[in-house]
Amino acid sequence: MPFAHPVIATLLASQLTNLSGIDIVILALYFVMVLFIGFYVKGGTNTSEEFFLAGREMTAWIAGLSFVSANLGSLELMGWAGSAYQYGILATHWYWIGAIPAMLFLGIVMMPFYYISKTHSVPGYLQLRFGEGARGLAAISFGFMTILMSGVNMYAMAVVMQTVLGWNITFSIWIGAITVAIYVMLGGLRSAIINEVLQFVLIWAGAALIPILGLIEAGGWTNLKAQIAHNVGSNDYTHLWSTLGTFKGNPMGIHWTGIVFGLGAIVSFGYWTTDFLVVQRVLSAKDLRAAKMAPVIGAAFKMAVPLIVIVPGLLALAVLKNPDGSLMHLVPGDVARATGQHAYDEVLPLMLIRYCGPGLLGLGITALVAGFMSGMAGNVSAFSTVWTYDIYGAYIKKDAPDKHYVSMGRWSTVIGMLVSIGTAYLVARAGSIMDYVQALFSFFISPLFGTVILGMLWKRATKQGGFWGLLAGTVSSIAMFTYVELGGKAALAHIALSPDAQPMAENMYRALWSWMICVIVTVVVSLMTKPKPDSELDGLVYGATVIPHDGARTLFQKPIFWAGVVSVVFIGLNILFW
Amino acid sequence: MENKTADIHHVHASIEDRDVKHKEPLSLWFFVGVLCLGYGLVLTPVGIYEFSHPPSVVLANLHAAFWWGLLMTIFGAFYTIRFRPGSGR
Repeated sequence: MPFAHPVIATLLASQLTNLSGIDIVILALYFVMVLFIGFYVKGGTNTSEEFFLAGREMTAWIAGLSFVSANLGSLELMGWAGSAYQYGILATHWYWIGAIPAMLFLGIVMMPFYYISKTHSVPGYLQLRFGEGARGLAAISFGFMTILMSGVNMYAMAVVMQTVLGWNITFSIWIGAITVAIYVMLGGLRSAIINEVLQFVLIWAGAALIPILGLIEAGGWTNLKAQIAHNVGSNDYTHLWSTLGTFKGNPMGIHWTGIVFGLGAIVSFGYWTTDFLVVQRVLSAKDLRAAKMAPVIGAAFKMAVPLIVIVPGLLALAVLKNPDGSLMHLVPGDVARATGQHAYDEVLPLMLIRYCGPGLLGLGITALVAGFMSGMAGNVSAFSTVWTYDIYGAYIKKDAPDKHYVSMGRWSTVIGMLVSIGTAYLVARAGSIMDYVQALFSFFISPLFGTVILGMLWKRATKQGGFWGLLAGTVSSIAMFTYVELGGKAALAHIALSPDAQPMAENMYRALWSWMICVIVTVVVSLMTKPKPDSELDGLVYGATVIPHDGARTLFQKPIFWAGVVSVVFIGLNILFW
Repeated sequence: MENKTADIHHVHASIEDRDVKHKEPLSLWFFVGVLCLGYGLVLTPVGIYEFSHPPSVVLANLHAAFWWGLLMTIFGAFYTIRFRPGSGR
């Protein structure tokens, strides 16, 4: 998963703080609310459409917030705040160029095809366009990955709770798993979506005070930049683009081509347009206009997220102090474990503790817990859908009554959570497994984007082309990952095209090459095989489909208008922080 | 006879209305409002208490818990009332 971070590997075993009675009340209120929602929503979740796609009745706002929230897990929040401390404002690229263009492209260009094909999932679209081979490959890899990621989230939450509050790991794993299993099993995607929107509000309520109070303490943005420059001895930490001319010129060791073509064009498009975990949220929209607007609304909110993730990391470079008043220096996880210092990924909890007393601390911790639980729920609800529709319904029991599939959806949720718990304990025994699980996501996402985008935009792409292109892209991605793992820095220099490249650059270039291999193989094989007639591509491919009007009457109702507004703000922000 | 038919229709319509009202799902925004209101009502008294017993955090003089609690109470109350059951939204 391109946006995930290996948080758990870097946290210390020492406890940072304690919760007061008020904090416990705030945390308990959240658990009561999510369980109530699960039981309440169950009454309206009887058909497969209701269970797996929330009845396709979500408004653009709800689908949009859920869409952006599904990616706003605590693993990402803590990891990217740590990255902002480590690499400076460059980490913002993962929220702006690494998200906004792809989200707008999904809404305006791709969503009509996903929506009017009435597919239940991304593998389902592949089946309609490329047949069973491509669907099977995508469904099995996605199902496997999501369930592992759910376990990673579960374990990460348990370790954070142990690190910050001293809670027992097993207690945290089981409390989180049982709560999520209950509310997803009862309410399906609808329950998951409601909780994701709640989590989005909670994360802002719990984390927004950090940048507000931090900027007050630092004396404003200009003073903050001056203090960072003084403390780290460089101006590079507060510029988005001006340091990316060379691999050596910036703390991340990455070139602008990697950011623009690797992250901006491939990794983010792969993730935001083909990862079913996020696309499923938009498929729940009530009509075509809502489906197109949802990613645009999501993009607008996504642009604001660096305020609560990146700014705290930057603030820590200026204001985070030791008890004796000296500047605190955070270090990599392995160093932290050896020296007893705090690790990069602890920056968000440290800043929370710095400004938040009883009550506010509980709110911040609840936001983190909500983020972890939402991450588990998102993964397990997507798993349940893909398992039931694209594996069980496609290959094991094809013509069962609708009720049977709903029942299978509920059972697969429970079984999925049990497998996740097993994964969590597996990760607990061997922490490096988590890094591999996260890397596994990146194996499939970029080639999948190549297959889906050619399927949607090129009529000539054939069933054989889609399957072999996806397979070749995936295998080449795994091969490049293995090559770098075994070959070290020399191999990295070949993949990223520079001896100065840092590990962060490897993901970007590997994504770029595996996408290109997928596209080339798809094109070559397609040209050698027989295409489908246009009549079989209606509703699936640009040029063979009459896209229905989305119902927008005025300028302000048009998704393309709001996509333009978001684009202008996006460009303006990049220039402002150039 | 006509009156009796009208009464039956009236009763029937009332039952239908009641069923419709009963089945009207709670708005997601109502849940958001209730949770924020609940948190606001917990945080605001804590903030008031902290005027006389400041917590040992940086910038305690700004009374963040009180102002944040007040903001959440107002935000939560607005959403709870606006999207309350039966409000038609």
